[in-house]
Amino acid sequence: MRIICPNCGARDRREFYYQGDALTLRRPAPDAGPEAWDDYLHIRDNPAGLTRDLWCHEAGCGAWLVIERNTQTHAIDSVTLAEKVKR
Amino acid sequence: MRYSGFEVIKEGIFGQKGWRPVWRNPDPKPAYDAIIIGGGGHGLSTAYYLAKEHGLTNIAVLEKGYIGGGNVGRNTTIVRANYFLPGNSEFYSHSLRLWEGLAQDLNYNVMHSQRGLINLFHSDGQRDAFARRGNAMINQGDDAILLDCDGVRRILPYLNFDNARFPIYGGLYHPRGGTARHDAVAWGYARAADQRGVDIIQNCEVTGIDIEGGQVIGVQTTRGAIRAGKVGIVVAGRSSQVAAMAGMRLPIESHVLQAFVTEGLKPCIDHVVSFGMGHFYISQSDKGGLVFGGDIDFYSSYAARGNLPMQEHVMEAAMTLMPMIGQAKVLRSWGGIMDMTPDGSPIIDKTDTDGLFIDCGWCYGGFKAVPGSGFSFAHLMATGHHHPPAAKFRLNRFRDGAGLMDEEGTGSQHNLH
Repeated sequence: MRIICPNCGARDRREFYYQGDALTLRRPAPDAGPEAWDDYLHIRDNPAGLTRDLWCHEAGCGAWLVIERNTQTHAIDSVTLAEKVKR
Repeated sequence: MRYSGFEVIKEGIFGQKGWRPVWRNPDPKPAYDAIIIGGGGHGLSTAYYLAKEHGLTNIAVLEKGYIGGGNVGRNTTIVRANYFLPGNSEFYSHSLRLWEGLAQDLNYNVMHSQRGLINLFHSDGQRDAFARRGNAMINQGDDAILLDCDGVRRILPYLNFDNARFPIYGGLYHPRGGTARHDAVAWGYARAADQRGVDIIQNCEVTGIDIEGGQVIGVQTTRGAIRAGKVGIVVAGRSSQVAAMAGMRLPIESHVLQAFVTEGLKPCIDHVVSFGMGHFYISQSDKGGLVFGGDIDFYSSYAARGNLPMQEHVMEAAMTLMPMIGQAKVLRSWGGIMDMTPDGSPIIDKTDTDGLFIDCGWCYGGFKAVPGSGFSFAHLMATGHHHPPAAKFRLNRFRDGAGLMDEEGTGSQHNLH
């Protein structure tokens, strides 16, 4: 599996660290309550198909990336810098 | 037909013409007392123990594929009870005791072979941790022996003991650990459940779960609607999809775990061996193939096939631990879909819907749990009470933070297990 980093170009999957579902970009407020924090930390849609994940190009530029990917085929549709998604 | 030495001899004399299919292939009835969604190891054992322990025989197991075609046929067949944390240790201890009587209980040879399992350690700190784990196992009533380097050398002379990076300091020996024939476990449970009246319905995919007034009333399937007041979800890697049919979202992320087998070789590895530094484990099947594996690929996947980096990692670990393996040819590799929970421990619980139960989150350790999981899940479904050895496998432990069982001590986040 190769991932096209917006900064570095196509690189081997080995250079990237997988954080998990990109919902981790939407951190709840500290006082949002146990339900919201449970959703954020543990509960996952876990789709069989299209997913949005957060990866880090840790052995490259170090950027955090939002990757749209198919969990059934491993095909990657898009790679975006997380800072652009976040804003 | 009851299997016995006499039957084998009789069939040998009369040309093997008397053997019959070991379970029926019934059409689904319009209604059952209970439905198990998922005909894998855990689903079949749940059905068997519902029938045997609780007298519930008007039940069906719904399997979307065929019996033995899921993770129960795609694992590395290891059976052990070397867990450390309360909640896990009594559960796996109970499961191992069921394994020890399983072939007699099912009247089916599941080829349970207690050949001994050795977890190697490679530093003083790891030795201390394994000594503590061994004490926990003994306290639980299971067996553990701490071996020094010479002790391991006597049992496993073929390892590379003097590797500069990972020298072998010793191992934690669990003599009652071993392997079992994975297909035989599925077939044995299916046959024994069928003999007690359970309908095993293959090629029957559940497409919806019917709920009325907070109570489950049945399921929709590709073979029509089926009514039941009790429904158990036991679908491993597809747990999130089936739970979604009941409006539930689970603390589960599905990952792919790869395993490998070599061509058949003469007997050379008599135990189950795990490499403490490389997440690598190996045993030899009765057909002679070396069966081994490593860690998950570490990104969510439903592809049932893995990627090269983890294959490379596993092969490197194999060569580091036992250089002789370089002579063997890998015959095939495969991947299974693992239902990973944040703390790496399973879930056997009721849901917010009356009559709907769930058994999931077995991560990459479900095979050894097949008897225990079915026994405890059947207990919960039949009585409404948690079976004591599995009472800590609660769904709400993630929300409350109380009772998390982080067996690996790595933290309770999704990407750490």
